[in-house]
Amino acid sequence: MSLELFHAILFYAFAAAAVAAALVMVSQRNPTYSAFALIVTLVSLAGVFGLLGSTFIAVLQIVVYAGAIMVLFLFVLMLLNVRAEDRPPGGGRVFMLVAIALGAVLAGEVGSVLVAARTPLARPFDASARAVAHLLFEAQYLYVFEATSILILASLVGAIALAKRDPGP
Amino acid sequence: MSLSPLQQELAISVVKVLVLFNALLGLFSGMTYVERRVLAFMQFRLGPNRTGPFGILQPIADGIKLFFKEELTPAGANKFLFVAAPALAVVTAFLAIAVVPYGGSVTLPRWGWMPDWLEGRRIVLQISDLDVGVLFLFAISSLGVYGIVMAGWAANNKYTLIGGLRSSAQMFSYELALGLSFVSLIMVAGSFRIHDIVDSQAGSILHWNALRQFPAFAVFLVAATAEVNRTPFDLPEAETELVAGFHTEYSSMRFALLQMAEYINMITASALAANLFLGGWHFGIPGVPDSPLWFIGKMLAFLFFFIWLRGTVPRFRYDQLMHFGWKVLVPVAMAWIFVAAGLVLWRQS
Repeated sequence: MSLELFHAILFYAFAAAAVAAALVMVSQRNPTYSAFALIVTLVSLAGVFGLLGSTFIAVLQIVVYAGAIMVLFLFVLMLLNVRAEDRPPGGGRVFMLVAIALGAVLAGEVGSVLVAARTPLARPFDASARAVAHLLFEAQYLYVFEATSILILASLVGAIALAKRDPGP
Repeated sequence: MSLSPLQQELAISVVKVLVLFNALLGLFSGMTYVERRVLAFMQFRLGPNRTGPFGILQPIADGIKLFFKEELTPAGANKFLFVAAPALAVVTAFLAIAVVPYGGSVTLPRWGWMPDWLEGRRIVLQISDLDVGVLFLFAISSLGVYGIVMAGWAANNKYTLIGGLRSSAQMFSYELALGLSFVSLIMVAGSFRIHDIVDSQAGSILHWNALRQFPAFAVFLVAATAEVNRTPFDLPEAETELVAGFHTEYSSMRFALLQMAEYINMITASALAANLFLGGWHFGIPGVPDSPLWFIGKMLAFLFFFIWLRGTVPRFRYDQLMHFGWKVLVPVAMAWIFVAAGLVLWRQS
């Protein structure tokens, strides 16, 4: 078995897992299930990144999204003990038609992009820790990168200020 | 027998995985015995001493017992997640140790009876020498928490749910400090590879990160103890208030799997501590040759340390735990990163 075949098998396995888990995520009415399915999607995507030869991005994907953000989601879901949603009572026909129409538009858009794309969509790229660091801290992106971190810090401080109780008399 | 280079690599990897897997299982069952014995001695008891000489067959007896126990699933439990949780916990525990090196490399001797491609071949004593090894370990350990959270949630029991919640909050808080404690090591070694970090401590005992970067070592030890849910951070399974925490409803082999995951995580943490802070397979005195034995000795010392800790300190209260994690450990780790970065810059100029 050649390395290419091995990679192809792994790619389709990860891709299938990602798509299947994404479908489970949107079709589930139990939010905890959806959260677990999203974790499977994120980890499968990390696998695809790894196959493209960038272990750094793959690992970051898991650390940041699957490891950190989804833990918080699950924590809140469990703390509030969210139950499965009930089906909305009646009157779903119009919504269903609108949903089908919008879905058709989206499918058309994605299809047109895929048809128009001449080159293969993803090629192995250099995204080692060194390459990513050079890009992020180059003059071109440094400002955007630092501005984003300040934005996140500001939202953090804002959240704390909002959550803080009024000091008692 | 002629194999293509890819097949040769694959064959070597499979052998390495099998050896490491079985060694870990052996170490796990040994640890359960040693832990009970040592704890017993620390508390003026005898511990298990009936099965075989000095009771050393106790792990085998326990294993057989767990095999034949009835497997119970609570009536209100979520069947799929209840079964999936122990599996996830064990898989992440074993995955993490794949990037931990347990020695430099060995060159096979030329005995003459082995296949040509094996004679005199250099073999790296590590399953996967990833260039982002430290980050990979970190990523997998952050996935490990889902096994516990799933187990706690799926059993549909208030004690397991509280155990799972506590665990996710605790691991999330201490993961941050754990990650920050790695940063200064990565800066000094200039690499994410665990191999490079170990080699940056070669030479003498004075180069060990445990001495050169003591604040990072202290933060790592505390955060790692919390990550593997050991005393004094074993709130997720505090038996006096939560029955047995997240694994209350588990029985038979599923319980054994959860238990195994916990011990394997502890072994990974010890192996990591030996590699990142105590110079791994370097002995620490110039002139003594490198050997995997030194690494194994250091790892066992850390495993003993975890047991010792359990026999010595009482459990934290939950608010103390959160306070300590966020207001002491994280600031200390952050401050040390700045100091270490300054030192690295100063040395370069």
